[in-house]
Amino acid sequence: MKGKAFSKIYTNLTKITKATCTLKADGVGYQELAFVDGRPAQVVKLIGDEVTLQIFKGTEGIGTDSEVVFTGKPPTIKVSKGMGGRFFNAYGEPIDGGPEVEGEEREIGGPSVNPVRRKKPSQLLATGIAGIDLNNTLVTGQKIPFFADPNEPYNQVLASVALRANADKIILGGMGLSNDDYLYFRDTFTNAGELEKIISFINTAEDPPVERLLIPDMACTAGEFFANDLQQKVLVLLTDMTLFADALSIVANKMDQIPSKDSMPGSLYSDLARIYEKAVQFDHGGSLTIIAVTTLNEGDITHAIPDNTGYITEGQLFLRRDTEIGKTIIDPFRSLSRLKQNVIGKTTREDHPQVMNSLVRLYADAMSARTKRENGFDLTDYDQRTLEFAKDYSERLLAVDINIPVEKMLDRGWEMMSKYFEAHEVGIKEELMEKYWKKN
Amino acid sequence: MSSRSDDSMTKGTITNIIANLITVKVDGPISQNEICYVITSRNKLRSEVIKVEGDTAFAQVFEITTGLKVGDPVEFSGAMLEIELGPGILSQNFDGLQNNLDGLEETFLEPGKIAPALDANKKYEFRPIAKKGQVVKAGDWLGEVTENNISHKIMVPFSFEGETTLISVAAQGEMTIKDEVAAAEDNKGRAQSFNMVQKWPVKIPVRAYKDKPRPFNILQTGLRVIDTLNPITEGGTGFIPGPFGTGKTVLQHAIAKNGDADIIIVTACGERANEVVEIFTEFPELIDPRTGRTLQERTCIVCNTSSMPVSSREASVYVGMTIAEYYRAMGLKVLLLADSTSRWAQALREMSNRLEELPGPDAFPMDLPAIIANFYARAGIVELNSGEMGSVTFIGTVSPAGGNLKEPVTESTAKVARCFYALNQGRADSKRYPAIETVDSYSKYLDYPEFEKFMDEHTQEGWVKLVKKAKDLLIKGAEARTQINILGDDAVPVEYHRDFWRSEVIDFAYLQQDSFDDQDMNCPMDRQKFMFNMVMDLCTEDFEFQTFSEVTDFYKKMINYLRQMNYAEFNSKEFNEHKETLEQFVDEQRTAHEREGVQ
Repeated sequence: MKGKAFSKIYTNLTKITKATCTLKADGVGYQELAFVDGRPAQVVKLIGDEVTLQIFKGTEGIGTDSEVVFTGKPPTIKVSKGMGGRFFNAYGEPIDGGPEVEGEEREIGGPSVNPVRRKKPSQLLATGIAGIDLNNTLVTGQKIPFFADPNEPYNQVLASVALRANADKIILGGMGLSNDDYLYFRDTFTNAGELEKIISFINTAEDPPVERLLIPDMACTAGEFFANDLQQKVLVLLTDMTLFADALSIVANKMDQIPSKDSMPGSLYSDLARIYEKAVQFDHGGSLTIIAVTTLNEGDITHAIPDNTGYITEGQLFLRRDTEIGKTIIDPFRSLSRLKQNVIGKTTREDHPQVMNSLVRLYADAMSARTKRENGFDLTDYDQRTLEFAKDYSERLLAVDINIPVEKMLDRGWEMMSKYFEAHEVGIKEELMEKYWKKN
Repeated sequence: MSSRSDDSMTKGTITNIIANLITVKVDGPISQNEICYVITSRNKLRSEVIKVEGDTAFAQVFEITTGLKVGDPVEFSGAMLEIELGPGILSQNFDGLQNNLDGLEETFLEPGKIAPALDANKKYEFRPIAKKGQVVKAGDWLGEVTENNISHKIMVPFSFEGETTLISVAAQGEMTIKDEVAAAEDNKGRAQSFNMVQKWPVKIPVRAYKDKPRPFNILQTGLRVIDTLNPITEGGTGFIPGPFGTGKTVLQHAIAKNGDADIIIVTACGERANEVVEIFTEFPELIDPRTGRTLQERTCIVCNTSSMPVSSREASVYVGMTIAEYYRAMGLKVLLLADSTSRWAQALREMSNRLEELPGPDAFPMDLPAIIANFYARAGIVELNSGEMGSVTFIGTVSPAGGNLKEPVTESTAKVARCFYALNQGRADSKRYPAIETVDSYSKYLDYPEFEKFMDEHTQEGWVKLVKKAKDLLIKGAEARTQINILGDDAVPVEYHRDFWRSEVIDFAYLQQDSFDDQDMNCPMDRQKFMFNMVMDLCTEDFEFQTFSEVTDFYKKMINYLRQMNYAEFNSKEFNEHKETLEQFVDEQRTAHEREGVQ
């Protein structure tokens, strides 16, 4: 992967900053990959014969006489079926001790799919988690992040979603992962016995932050190979996109760009959209679904990173700890899947939309009852019942450790409604009531 | 701009590259906004000159610049960014530079690929309108062809200067868009040949019309909260700001489906590709009730989705506007929708930043307000040379960062757009759709005397006054709610509850509308008139109440009956049954209190 044998070697650096270096060179292409003393670097600016390189591993110890070799092409990845079960770093080099993967070399971060060649995403992607499948149903070809505070077990949830999603390939893009989480992913995937299905691109917290910028493109380009060339159902997991955005702002800052909101580069929206828009449902049945993690600061979704993400993705899944049951749940109010309309009540059972809405509405009533109780007001009989229901609902449907099929979720919903409420209190269409309502 | 002949084409070579900004050393004259092409071994990349310093041109490349090198040759075109205008635009899906997306065969959008906008081989039945010997000028109709059931006028090109006498006009017959339909001599005696296609630079407004009066008549959208409460006029401008998840796109799609216009141009600017796919999938199947033909036939989509090159995002809104102006010049009613203008502004910001211009608020360029104002000013109703009227109505969405309306794009737009449809997170959370804020939203057209007169004549005498009364009731209701929340249910007079619930009746039974219900999704003006009068009668009648819970109970039930009416077909048996039940229910309330009065 190092420079070609006959490449010219430059040894006269004129400028070095914390993340970049500059030298004079000819015939260099924009965004071309180079090596500075063996460290991978990318062309980010060409001013006449002055070439500015962004050095992914940082510039510590880089000297003005360092050897610079240009590769003549932008960063690439070798894609093949042989990638299954392998772990790679941000440059696509194996980190699991195995041999290098042979395959077709492709530029990363290529163009997006022509909108008229896309298909409307409408194939159910079941996870077994009721907070997702029942309330915020996902489809293949969708892009959606988990919004979570750093103390939520988002990577564990992500891993279980991945293993249950019934995908042909799962591609993990880890950015700034703690070593513990990296090992957790590795062990979980290995223990599940489906390692062949999984491909990982890992940048841990110990690796240089700027390297992270390559991870989503690596993961998505590999994903496109399986989704388009091999027509497979591919799931790309990206965690944590907040750390990716932080790396963007570091580079923008070193390039003297004027920051916009929250010190983020003005191009943040485009930078994120370029990645998330890789999610696609192809006509031939292959699909690329992106499930990401965006960590929040104390639930603040107005910060530039979650805010821009929300405008790009097709909904968000909000993780929250429910203190009543001592478990993490998928918040039914702040979560949303924009594409659920394409499957609920169509692919899933007819009563799905109504059951979903009624349960959420009753849960909302419980939340007002809780406020009432906290403010010292008397509770009505209805209030009491909603509170009991809320606990049950949270424990047996919203909690992230649930793993049941959608039909079972709906049956549970009916069972809870009939246990705590009267027929007129649930507000469901007559014909569905006749079919599913079972009051003792 | 200055025109240069082909043999003196300016050439240049790239000297600097930073992202999609290149600087080019040139060997001849160039113009601001001139289009140039970077020639590489693989392709030709279209770019636009955005700044000139001496013999150096700064150009933004409309494609990914990966692999470009210093020294790569550049050819200048001598023209600004132009698009082709002619029969065959409707039902098409273009990218931001008017490439026909269906004509690009690859699955992925390869840089530098070009697909012609119009089908040069298709034959149209040309029918002449102008006659030999007639004196014509830019925008005058030479003839017409039928395009998707619409009379598509073939015009003297907008760029034609002065007047000319027609030497010949083609007879009725089948021809392609490149065939000559008329010939003339210009004022210098040079022969001019006109066919069905003309080119126009997108950043220049089309001014081939006689007059641009103030808008005066309503453009119906089928949405009660817009048509009744905050109406937009034919040729009017409006904008929809809202945080993510408040239903901007659903609202725009609803307007695109139900808007009472001849032509709908949808510009998807920097938004999700799957949303455009939804239009591709649905519009060929949905029927336009006014014509009985599919919605796709009256629609053209210009899409530069968020992952497509940033610099052509800016171009996409101008392309959409130019197509709209073209159809307006045929005497048609055009509705232009752009989602979202914030993404366009962000594209301007990225470029301004690379040019190292001193930034304005939030790092946006200083001239952002002027750019937005110039764009909105291109909408409007016009009187054409022929005396007929045509219009471009423009509604843009704005995506304010963090949902905060105090940001440059929202503020700049508010200064120029006449209608403000603020989407509210709280309303969206409580599923009150469309989530258009009832008190803060406005339409300045309600204050236009010509609009008031139009509504008096076409809908009902005193309509606008009644609308303003409804607005007062909404404000009063909001104030009452604040008092109730602070003081508690029991501590305020019963009238406060009445005021609050009156506003709830207007909100629940009239302003809220179900975009996914076949009946409720589109509410024509006669139905709006009927329901609005009914709701206002109920909300201005002084019912008597003893306790606040009586108020709540009464109006809650009233809302339920009114909503049942909304879901039923207008004037159907079911509709009238609900109406009678409601009348009976209200009568009971009246007589109950009369009895109490006697006692």
